[in-house]
Amino acid sequence: MARMKFLCDVERCIECHACVTACKNEHEVPWGVNRRRVIVMDDGQPGEKAISVACMHCSDAPCAAVCPVDCFYQTADGIVLHDKDLCIGCGYCFYACPFGAPQYPQQTAFGVRGKMDKCTFCAGGPEEPHSEAELTKYGTNRIAEGKLPLCAEMCATKALLAGDGDVIANIYRKRVMRRGGRPQSWGWQAAYGQNV
Amino acid sequence: MTFSDKTVAKRRWRAMLYSLLAIIALAMILPSLGYVAAWAQSGPMVIGYESRDSNPRADMWRDARQSVAGTTDQSGPYTTNVLINNSGEIWREIRSGREGVPSPLKRFGGWIMLLSLAAIAVFFAVFGRNKIEGGREGLTVPRWTMYERVLHWFVAITFIVLGITGLSLLFGRTVLIPVLGARGFAAYAQVAMTVHNFVGPAFGVALVLMIISWLGVNIPKRVDLEWLKTFGGYFGGGHAPSEKLNGGEKLWYWIGVVGLGLAVVITGFILDFPNFGQDRATMALAHVIHAGAAMFWIALFFGHAYMGTLGTEGALEGMTTGRVDTAWAKQHHNLWYAQLLEQGVKPMPAEPPRGGPPPSAKSVTGSST
Ligand code: HEM
Ligand code: SF4
Ligand code: SF4
Repeated sequence: MARMKFLCDVERCIECHACVTACKNEHEVPWGVNRRRVIVMDDGQPGEKAISVACMHCSDAPCAAVCPVDCFYQTADGIVLHDKDLCIGCGYCFYACPFGAPQYPQQTAFGVRGKMDKCTFCAGGPEEPHSEAELTKYGTNRIAEGKLPLCAEMCATKALLAGDGDVIANIYRKRVMRRGGRPQSWGWQAAYGQNV
Repeated sequence: MTFSDKTVAKRRWRAMLYSLLAIIALAMILPSLGYVAAWAQSGPMVIGYESRDSNPRADMWRDARQSVAGTTDQSGPYTTNVLINNSGEIWREIRSGREGVPSPLKRFGGWIMLLSLAAIAVFFAVFGRNKIEGGREGLTVPRWTMYERVLHWFVAITFIVLGITGLSLLFGRTVLIPVLGARGFAAYAQVAMTVHNFVGPAFGVALVLMIISWLGVNIPKRVDLEWLKTFGGYFGGGHAPSEKLNGGEKLWYWIGVVGLGLAVVITGFILDFPNFGQDRATMALAHVIHAGAAMFWIALFFGHAYMGTLGTEGALEGMTTGRVDTAWAKQHHNLWYAQLLEQGVKPMPAEPPRGGPPPSAKSVTGSST
């Protein structure tokens, strides 16, 4: 069985935001929610780097550990999904997540947030695949069609890799070998407890 | 070896040592001349890009790992520009533990509340109810005004509501999901969270009013120390003098209501109003203090509620009717009772003589006639 992972090759990311736009459009993501973000480190300084980040689908996911209603589950492919019918919008997964992946449509007084929304690795949710309910709550289900996440597919420089962890790690390793320099599988330590 | 041989050897050692030091010093100084020369040409060197002291790439990844913020164009209430947020991992371990590591928060809180209940049960089994010695006298004096009683019961009821809803969120996954099922518990938790978030601020306002209203009668005095030394004679053996509130009650006021109360209320406000934009690390810290202090407070509250009801005969009616029996007053708060009499308060029969209610507490307390 594959173990799905994301890897952002920061030597290639050109901060074009295509992944962010592709995701928002594909899943009709709620207003104010960004399942994927591009973060620029040292903006305008030597060594500036842009990094695309979303839910990393952690092993031993912190969000799942803290959720008071236990609404997270992990698919056989290692994709971390949640049930919006159970979610009470408490914000705990947002406190716990290393990557700031869980987002909410609101942020108002008395802790009213609405249902948590996050990247599904284009794998929908606990509803019937391709049903109206799944589409409105979680977005499309590309995994059920045998396709990989749209953000990575849309990436013009192929900086963003999505798929079986072993396969994308191999692609990345070959790139680093060809171009030299040190590998930087950023976030893998925090998400999967390991480096490439 | 003769004596002079020894001094020669010593001198030789010293010479060797000094030349070694000289070599080391020169080895360090001479290359620095290059730096001085360069400095003379171009001014002080900029530490950073061209000096190899720090590598911007390595610095950037270190920053990313240490929760240093970058910039992002994505907008929305919860978007953040931090790549890796480390406070989350720490908070997760404290609140929920991980495989093989039980949550310290749940352990501490659960045990302290259970131990408190167990201690009270043992105390009750050993010492039983603190009865009014010699029975009631049938005369009452005013103790708590209507305002004080309404405030007390508002705080007490909301305290219990907040305690139950809060603990449901913390322990529900282990205790309630097996009973209610995932769907049932989610519906319950949604109500619990909403009630907790809306009742909390009301409780906070009432608590602050309570702290202000009862500050005057809770000033610590020397007699309170004496009361605490004998625990008010609860373990048998005489009575300690007490004012309107005894040493134990004042401890409950200062540690429970003021200390833990303010801690719970302030952190509660931080958690309840994310619209002010406080970050995740602040909220996670506020959560741990909030839940920890609340459970400690509940453990103390068990003791308070026991003392007010089962533990002490004649105490509860002071908080419900506003009046207490004179026998209870003499036994538990002799200094206060004496003061009341001095002020000219006349004990009234407990049963209203001809159907009329006993005079309201408000009209008599505090005013000396
Ligand atoms: C249902 C549970 C409770 C019961 C049965 C109860 C009972 C009582 C009684 C009988 C008194 C009067 C004691 C006397 O006459 O000397 C009292 C006083 C007091 N209660 Fe409660 N109470 C409860 C809950 C609470 C809660 C939740 C709080 C605050 C969070 C609280 C705070 C106080 C304070 C501050 C006093 C004033 C005496 C002192 O400073 O120690 N009570 N309570
Ligand atoms: S990245 Fe965040 S939301 Fe995604 S699995 Fe990990 S902890 Fe959960
Ligand atoms: S916001 Fe929803 S998904 Fe996140 S921890 Fe709370 S209940 Fe669980």
